[in-house]
Amino acid sequence: MTLKGYKDLPEGGVITEKGNSALYKTGEWRSMRPNYYPEGCVHCLICWVFCPDSAIKVENGKMLGIDYDHCKGCGICARECPRKEKALQMVKE
Amino acid sequence: MALEIKQVAMTGNEAVANAIKQINPDVIAAYPITPQTDIVQFYSTFVANGLVDTQMVTVESEHSAISATIGASAAGARAMTATSSQGLALMHELLHIASGFRLPIAMPVVNRAVSAPINIHCDHSDTMAALTTGWIQIYGENAQEAYDNMIQAVKIAEDPRVKLPVMVCYDGFITSHAVENLVLLPDEKVKEFVGEYKPTHELFDFDSPVTFGPLVLPDYFSEIKAQQAEAMLAAKEVILEVAKEFEKMSGRKYGYFEGYKLEDAERVIVVMSSTAGTAKAVVNELRAQGEKVGLLKPRVIRPFPAEEYVKALSGAKVVGVMDRAETFSTQGGQLFTELRAAFYEAPERPLMRNYIFGLGGRDTTTAEIRKVFEQLKQDQERGSVDRKVTHLDVRV
Amino acid sequence: MSNLVEIRWHARGGQGAKTASTLLAEAALSAGKYVQGFPEYGPERMGAPILAFNRIGDEPITIHSNVENPDVVMVLDPSLIGPVNVAEGLKEGGVIVVNTNLEPEAVRQKLGVSGNYTVATVDASGIAVATIGRDIPNTPMIGALLKLREFLPFESFMERMRIDLERKFQGRQAIVEGNLNAMRRAYQEVKQA
Repeated sequence: MTLKGYKDLPEGGVITEKGNSALYKTGEWRSMRPNYYPEGCVHCLICWVFCPDSAIKVENGKMLGIDYDHCKGCGICARECPRKEKALQMVKE
Repeated sequence: MALEIKQVAMTGNEAVANAIKQINPDVIAAYPITPQTDIVQFYSTFVANGLVDTQMVTVESEHSAISATIGASAAGARAMTATSSQGLALMHELLHIASGFRLPIAMPVVNRAVSAPINIHCDHSDTMAALTTGWIQIYGENAQEAYDNMIQAVKIAEDPRVKLPVMVCYDGFITSHAVENLVLLPDEKVKEFVGEYKPTHELFDFDSPVTFGPLVLPDYFSEIKAQQAEAMLAAKEVILEVAKEFEKMSGRKYGYFEGYKLEDAERVIVVMSSTAGTAKAVVNELRAQGEKVGLLKPRVIRPFPAEEYVKALSGAKVVGVMDRAETFSTQGGQLFTELRAAFYEAPERPLMRNYIFGLGGRDTTTAEIRKVFEQLKQDQERGSVDRKVTHLDVRV
Repeated sequence: MSNLVEIRWHARGGQGAKTASTLLAEAALSAGKYVQGFPEYGPERMGAPILAFNRIGDEPITIHSNVENPDVVMVLDPSLIGPVNVAEGLKEGGVIVVNTNLEPEAVRQKLGVSGNYTVATVDASGIAVATIGRDIPNTPMIGALLKLREFLPFESFMERMRIDLERKFQGRQAIVEGNLNAMRRAYQEVKQA
């Protein structure tokens, strides 16, 4: 990627695009990944509440899986999943 | 002699408070410190009497004062505060943030010595310690110049090519607390001159939201600093443009510096702020005796107009630079080392020597200035300076 | 700068020397002069010896140091004579005005310095108590000064003083009249030798 020169940057290091943090793919940082097993999922969305990176994909109240572009593999979702047979399980990358 | 224009008698602080009243900023954060206190005190009465629309925020320290000002400025307001000495020192880390965010804050700094030993009187150690913070610095000789500089500072800071904060500096007590003649501009003229503040980015623009102060890593940090340096360079031009426009309105002329009887001067004193006025009286006196002496009074030192200073001093044989602050480099004051460096490429260099003077409010009289001119004369005759750095008024 | 008059005020903290220098500067400005009025700030407390200064002239004044060679020395408190060398640096032909009920000759002896200068005395404290009701000798001392150095016409100066005092003491007309009467009396009663 070519980085912008100083004349093309907004002054003062100000960020002018809204929501541009999505462009930064933090998924590369991962060493462990949560695997999703939909058969054990009751769509309680506790994983979505706890995920610090908004990496749980949800549509119409249903858990759809993991946004691996941004999931850093912290494992909180797997830890908080309330099912005895966890619907989210951490595995090595 | 009848005066043509309506003069008023005011202290420097009262004059600056009146300038701010005419500018009518959106937000002022106020915290008292001698000898600045008068400014915010006068201003609080303007607020109480409904003469301004300013939201005045009283805070618990100078660190908070500049923080509140930065916050308000980032939100899109024309915001100000004022300080002196330890207050400016306490603001220090935020000074870099104001300039790094490119916030056009115009701030009076009433020059006072920095402790220890504790002292409330004038020297320039407070603002000299802030030279590398990315703020423009403008110095004034008297109440009139402090008033005029305050008004110009707003326009310089807010120019789209600049967007940098400005310190408006003048001498504590000597200027801030002495009653003198000055001329105030009509409110309407000042209002028109400074115009309406148009921020480049503002936190309160909810249609196009922005983030101030994100983490910037080595891949971009240098670029942000290069922008600031370029803005400082642009300020050089803008300062003169604003001065021209100000002259059109007021009839009073400003530039990077004031040259006083410089044209054919062989021996020149360089000194800022109130002492320059005292030096003018000595120049007049010595000129009457046929001595070829002159004065250069720097007004702008950030940005540092090196070429212009060199040009102005190029005819001189000996230059005595007077610094009202120590650097403890043992190589002289800030003004001296920068002016000396500016002459590095010059084909002809005058002899230059440095005087550290007036620390902690030590009174600098015409007698001291006369002594400097005498030493410059001896240097000229000898063809060399006998001492590079001298503490002018120190007992041995 | 031939018409420049430099004044040094000696007083004790609380006697109104700073106010006197400011009032004098403001009124002189209104009369078309270039002025400076400033105190020497220090850790002054009520009763401690303090200094204040004026420069008044027909041309712009650029000197910004304290007054070292005054044309006029104003002493608001006679007990300062002795502990403080009030005559220090006084110009040839200068004048020292002292707030006291002593005769000028007696004060000259107390000062114990010789030279070509005028000593003037006025009981500014006595006048202040009689006219204002308090021992604030600063305005009567200005009245005495105007008699000794006619750099401003007295009556027009008094008109300016009225305006300035009325602004300062809004609504308290008795204080304004008291101060103006004090100045007028001191102008008439000052003695010189």
